Amino acid sequence: MTLAPPAPGAETATEEMTAAVAMNSALDAAMAADDKVILLGEDIADPIGGVFKVTKGLSSKYGTHRVRATPISEQAIVGTAIGLSMAGYRPVAEIMFFDFITVAMDQIVNHAAKLRYMSGGVTPAPITVRTSVGGSRFGAQHSQSLEAWFMHTPGIKVVMPSNPIDAKGLLASCVFDDDPCLFIEHLNLAYSNKAAVPLGDYRVPLGKAAVLRPGRDLTLITYGPTTGLVSAAAETLAGEGIEAEVIDLRTLMPLDLETVFDSVTRTRRAIVVHEATQFLGPGAEIAAQITEQLFGELLGPVLRVGARFTPVPFSSGLTNFPTPDRILSAARSLVRP
Amino acid sequence: MTAPATNTAELDRAACERIYELMLTTQLADDTAREEAKAGRLQAAFYPVRGLEAVCAALGEVLRPDDQLVSTYRNLGDALAKGMPLPLILAELYGRATGVSKGKGGAMHLHHTPTGFMTTTGIVGSGLPIAVGLGLGAQLDASDRVVVTTFGDGATSIGAAHEAMNLAALWKLPVLFLCQNNQWGEHTPIAEYAGSTDLANRAAAYGMTAHRVDGFDLFATLQCLRGAVEDIRAGHGPVFVEAMTYRLTGHTGTADFSYVPADELAAAMQRDPAPNFRSWLLQSAGWSEDDVRAVKERTEQAVRDAFTAAQESPLPGPEELYTDVFATDLVTWEDR
Ligand SMILES: Cc1ncc(C[n+]2csc(CCOP(=O)(O)OP(=O)(O)O)c2C)c(N)n1
Repeated sequence: MTLAPPAPGAETATEEMTAAVAMNSALDAAMAADDKVILLGEDIADPIGGVFKVTKGLSSKYGTHRVRATPISEQAIVGTAIGLSMAGYRPVAEIMFFDFITVAMDQIVNHAAKLRYMSGGVTPAPITVRTSVGGSRFGAQHSQSLEAWFMHTPGIKVVMPSNPIDAKGLLASCVFDDDPCLFIEHLNLAYSNKAAVPLGDYRVPLGKAAVLRPGRDLTLITYGPTTGLVSAAAETLAGEGIEAEVIDLRTLMPLDLETVFDSVTRTRRAIVVHEATQFLGPGAEIAAQITEQLFGELLGPVLRVGARFTPVPFSSGLTNFPTPDRILSAARSLVRP
Repeated sequence: MTAPATNTAELDRAACERIYELMLTTQLADDTAREEAKAGRLQAAFYPVRGLEAVCAALGEVLRPDDQLVSTYRNLGDALAKGMPLPLILAELYGRATGVSKGKGGAMHLHHTPTGFMTTTGIVGSGLPIAVGLGLGAQLDASDRVVVTTFGDGATSIGAAHEAMNLAALWKLPVLFLCQNNQWGEHTPIAEYAGSTDLANRAAAYGMTAHRVDGFDLFATLQCLRGAVEDIRAGHGPVFVEAMTYRLTGHTGTADFSYVPADELAAAMQRDPAPNFRSWLLQSAGWSEDDVRAVKERTEQAVRDAFTAAQESPLPGPEELYTDVFATDLVTWEDR
């Protein structure tokens, strides 16, 4: 069963919540609407309700037959989700940290992403894999942004929200999407900021970027955790007389290049910012696309600001992630060379 | 772990005919596919199933149409056992638009949901977790359908297999883990890759019923699989069956297999399932030479026709390249 998203402009009640609570509310609404929605993952049942509490209360409400705590078996979690999807269910599998997805890579890349194609459309695997990423407080094996690997893999959608409202709406869209979806939850945004999130069944369509701020001088393209950083940079730049347009991609596959091209056609300058490693990261493809499509329009090269090519360092004395300074100096160098 | 006693009394005439036809179809199609591959006309990594005919025929006898199967690259016998039409299989082998997966899957990737043939994987051991998910689906549906996953002996060395068995035993899922033990993982004999070669015993350690059975003995295998499927259908949780056979050909259709010890191979050849079943039909089931010839002739004809049809079928058109990647075809800006 697939639910229709609320009509545009319809009055919806909202509540202030963090992204973690918003995602919980998305899963709650999905489970209430469709008893084929089944959650699987380590420690996801109550009383703990998931190590990040995203599934808190759901096993008490819907039963442990629908919210299934699993052994520490990443391959089995994803494989089981795939089989369940073939049996007509809409499984949502939790992989505790993005890094651990490497353990289940075969099931995601070789199976979930390929089954529709290899079967000529006969056996798709519409699963959702939720995972978390973020910060460096856990060190190099608990912090990696691996989204480019999946964008590089035909057959799987890749989604990364930047705020509680999108976190709810995009997750709900993933659960009811007919393709396998990887939904990446950044821990910084999951707990700190609150926003007025619509209650009930609320969807944000996959594949549609959001223009967070209009501007005429350059386009800053980003997603997920760097969205806040980039918006702050745009604010600073405005104080210097540089008007930056800010685009939050929200979905990395499908990638909304229409919105990007439309913006860069006007601003004629672009910078891509992300927490993933800059070298061969998502920004490499986006920059190449802009260059191929709009070369004649551009007033300068498309720049990238991503993580340095190192493992994520633990010490607070070190950071490989983009900093406000790096974003600002890239923007200034592009607009006032 | 008990080896059930041989029981030949249960096969009526129709069952004998089904089994003989399935074994022969498997053998003939397999032989022809290997010849085609060697001659370079079949540009596919074809994985022969020779040696598994009895295991597959027995499986076909004990499964219901709504039972589901997750197979591997060595899938011809499994597919026929589950009822997938040979012409669809062969057209897929040749990468034709008329193949079961429109030619996009190939020999290693057969899918046919109408017969419950859910998927096949080319990654050793990967099918087991997927079968566990299908089993969980059956359990949640409160259905008594059984999910079977077939795999080689080598697959039991892979982590995913163990995760899957643990989960199935923990949740008492209706899954039959059918290990088609042909004694070889490509070029490596089982004794050179496993500390314990008693695979059923390993499975039992996960808390599930496990049997080892002579997979060349159709009757023993039939009885063992029937018992296993009944147990599973009754809700007693997963069962592991290790069917002991031998690989009668190379690992792939074109592979050299001179490394296989000649005496071992010769001994196994003595037990070649289809010819042995033919002898049994003649000696113990009251069939005449004419009876077996009739089945053989119609099977040969069907196999020949299916190969010809496959070879003459069209390749998929270029427009198929971008379909079935996602549910709705997406613009990726690649070829704008
Ligand atoms: C994960 C993985 N590793 C290696 C291979 C290459 N490979 C294909 S078949 C095979 C042997 C598997 O042996 P077994 O499981 O006993 O099955 P059999 O081929 O004998 O039926 C290997 C190593 C593979 N397909 N997948």
